Amino acid sequence: MSDIKYIQNLLGTKQLSCVELTRKYLNAIEKENKLLNAYVKITDQEALRTAEQVDDRISRGEKLMPLEGIPMSLKDNIVTKDIETTCCSRMLKGFVPIYDATVWDVLKKQNAVLLGKTNMDEFAMGSSCETSCFGGALNPHNTKHVAGGSSGGAASSVSGNIAVYGLGSDTGGSVRQPASFCGLVGMKPTYGAVSRYGLIAYASSLDQVGLIASDVEDAAIIYDSIALYDPKDATSRGAGTTSSDKLDKSIKGMRIGIAREYFDGIDGDIQKSIENAVKVYEDSGAEIVYFSLPQIKYVLPVYYIIACAEASSNLGRYDGIRYGYRTESYSDIDDMICRTRSEGFGEEVKKRIMLGTYVLSAGYYDAYYKKAQKLRGSIVKAFRDAFGLCDVMLAPTVPTTAFELNFTSRDPVETYLTDICTVSANIAGLPALSIPCGFDSKGLPVGMQLIGNSFEDYKVLNAAYQYEQQMKEKIYKKLERGVRI
Amino acid sequence: MTWELVAGLETHVELSTKTKIFCRCTTQFGGEPNTHCCPVCIGLPGTLPKLNRAVVEYAVKAGLATNCKISNISKMDRKNYVYPDLPKAYQISQYDKPICRHGFITLSSGKNINIERIHIEEDAGKLIHERGNTFIDYNRGGVPLIEIVSEPDLRSIDEAVEYIDKLRLIMKYTGVSDVKMQEGSLRCDVNISVRKKGSKSLGTRTEIKNMNSVNFIAKAMEYEFNRQIDIIESGGEIEQETRRYNSDLNITESMRGKEDATDYRYFREPDLVTLTISEDEINKYKSELPELPDVKLQRFINEFELPEADAQLLVKYKRVAEYFEEAAKDVKNKKLTANFILGPIFRRLDTESEKEECRISISPEYLNELVILVENKKINFNMARTALGQMLDTGKPVMEVISENEMAGIDEDDLRKICKNAVETNENAVKQYLSGKEKALAAIIGFIMKETKGKADAALATEMVKQLIANR
Repeated sequence: MSDIKYIQNLLGTKQLSCVELTRKYLNAIEKENKLLNAYVKITDQEALRTAEQVDDRISRGEKLMPLEGIPMSLKDNIVTKDIETTCCSRMLKGFVPIYDATVWDVLKKQNAVLLGKTNMDEFAMGSSCETSCFGGALNPHNTKHVAGGSSGGAASSVSGNIAVYGLGSDTGGSVRQPASFCGLVGMKPTYGAVSRYGLIAYASSLDQVGLIASDVEDAAIIYDSIALYDPKDATSRGAGTTSSDKLDKSIKGMRIGIAREYFDGIDGDIQKSIENAVKVYEDSGAEIVYFSLPQIKYVLPVYYIIACAEASSNLGRYDGIRYGYRTESYSDIDDMICRTRSEGFGEEVKKRIMLGTYVLSAGYYDAYYKKAQKLRGSIVKAFRDAFGLCDVMLAPTVPTTAFELNFTSRDPVETYLTDICTVSANIAGLPALSIPCGFDSKGLPVGMQLIGNSFEDYKVLNAAYQYEQQMKEKIYKKLERGVRI
Repeated sequence: MTWELVAGLETHVELSTKTKIFCRCTTQFGGEPNTHCCPVCIGLPGTLPKLNRAVVEYAVKAGLATNCKISNISKMDRKNYVYPDLPKAYQISQYDKPICRHGFITLSSGKNINIERIHIEEDAGKLIHERGNTFIDYNRGGVPLIEIVSEPDLRSIDEAVEYIDKLRLIMKYTGVSDVKMQEGSLRCDVNISVRKKGSKSLGTRTEIKNMNSVNFIAKAMEYEFNRQIDIIESGGEIEQETRRYNSDLNITESMRGKEDATDYRYFREPDLVTLTISEDEINKYKSELPELPDVKLQRFINEFELPEADAQLLVKYKRVAEYFEEAAKDVKNKKLTANFILGPIFRRLDTESEKEECRISISPEYLNELVILVENKKINFNMARTALGQMLDTGKPVMEVISENEMAGIDEDDLRKICKNAVETNENAVKQYLSGKEKALAAIIGFIMKETKGKADAALATEMVKQLIANR
């Protein structure tokens, strides 16, 4: 039974009250978070208030909504009314939003128990959570390693059992990569499936709210709750169909595609784990289709050009005038804006703003941004064609397991290259999910990725579920941390 | 040496949609600062724009009314620049795929001024400098605008003024904007250069930014025209730059040169989807367009047989034109109705805005009744003028005013009797008339008017008297 269903059963049968449950989590957070640094803000009052309401409803004999009473975490770039939201940037310290993100609004109405806001790379720019102005979140499997990024805090909170699930955001792999590093299920839905309203933008055409959960069934339950059309987001379409009721579909005859290019430069341990997974699929009656997807060699430059270009525009609004950080002393308005931005943003953010400004500048636009857009078109088409050959694609999530601490600051370019397997799903707007498929020689989790065609999120979830059913004992390791239920 | 002015206009028109372009806040002018705002229009982190479809409707109508081609597919772009009144640090606008293209406006000379494009965009907030401080009011932020860009087809200040006037009138007729210049709902940038008459090539242009009065535009253009000529004639060169008009000194001043021009780093707005407009939609908007001012003018001249000057004055104020048409219903001589409006009624409408709003205290039906009485000779013209004055003062209907003041005209049979009596009584005058003194007739008519206390139809009485004398 999935964690969510198990907990709801405990609540519903009154073996455990929601307040008791919430206190367990809050106590565990107090103990674990000092080390893990998963949360940058604990919302204990809010959590207990909601828990009381849930208990109230249970005592009145009311039926629980799918995510009701489940303690969870939100990445700190998801806007929460009256709760400080910082994007883990000095720039937004003290910023208390006056409205709720749609995705949080939806969960709030389900009486989701918000434990706190989770750590992340500053403005979601990074792969290790270490660009956070609060310092990085650690990997509960081995605290000498990072939890990944940018949704490192979300993964750390779930893996450390100090949240049942967490919502994050995925612009180039920011949910899948930390899920992979922490031995969890991480899912980026199809672009447009989940509303972006209230998700503080990094790169608008690539951003998507994602989820991190302990297993596929939980992922499907969460997905069904949040993948809704939102009139406030012009790019929103909703899921189109539910997924949790389609998890037991046989995958006999399902065509699983493998693009060879995804396996270039992959660590041996990862290669091996994925080969084993492929065998599991074969044994389940799936058909494995091998092909070449040469466009993959363009995905990184395309991703970094488009993401930085959009970021340079999205982050222009942080000028110290209306909210957030403002420099202490200045001579005039231009000086104020300049100093505020120089002091408020961290190095990685400044680097991407400058890169993005450059690629959009007159004289360079055609060579970079325009070319990247063209290539994006051809990448989208290549994937569309690939889904003529297969139902779901299988790939590594990351070429490595969790980085050691400070790896990314030592070798930023090498770090950028590790996004190679995840960014294409963002470029093409496709649903993609990372599921654990083993451990490396150091005992760190290895993840594999399933990528689906647009709005076929349910197929991805089902393919993951089928694998999980056979492998559950071998791919998950429940850690001796946090709450044990 | 004769110099020719070459100018093109970029006209920003605030649309009169009820709500803003990307959120549901009101577009109402004024209001306490920052009370017509929401998270979206102040660009709070995480917010997203949602295009108000009424803006598309209004822009398409503006395009159709200026003979533009409407793009079935267009898109929104971001124009990036930093200024405190722009809370997102980018303005959502349209760059290379505007909603309308290739239109024109015909001037009274018959010359077409081509319109290159019309695009939709959001307005910015407003800075308020007060007590040595600067404050920002975002009420205007996100109010929808269209920018109408003309080709450099204007060759004189008069043409520019006529172009703006025509544009304003079209916007008003279509209901796209109320184009109140004092509220900034129409603002112009002028691109201007000079060249020797007969030359085909264009000179270096300067751009005068952000003027919101036709008068200022004319003055700025005149100053700039002369400034450029002076520079060239004294051997200098025009610098491509952005200038502003200083109305206190009546000069234009440099704001920034070409090298300081902002690189707006336009790129497609990823938060909005492709803007598609179907042919059905375009046809629907076309069918909803009212009669446009030029067509109305021609109809007033051709069908109503109004003098051009009268027709122009009526058409200039949309509501007055509508009032006139109501009041002239079933009137054979429409000029009569026009005269009442352009004469006694207009004398009571002191300001332009009173005319714009057509603040006439009686309904067009009342005026219509009065005109028809005159036309049927139930009341004479002078009496009608007096009656109208009283109607306007009191708001009373025509019959009430006439009976209260016994203004009704004299019945034809009664008038014939009175005329007969007048001819018999004024033998002398009749004799003089018969001996060729036309003027003597006036004495007889004067007698009749006196008898009828001015209520007789003088023309009819003259007719009758002539006939009576002839038949003697």
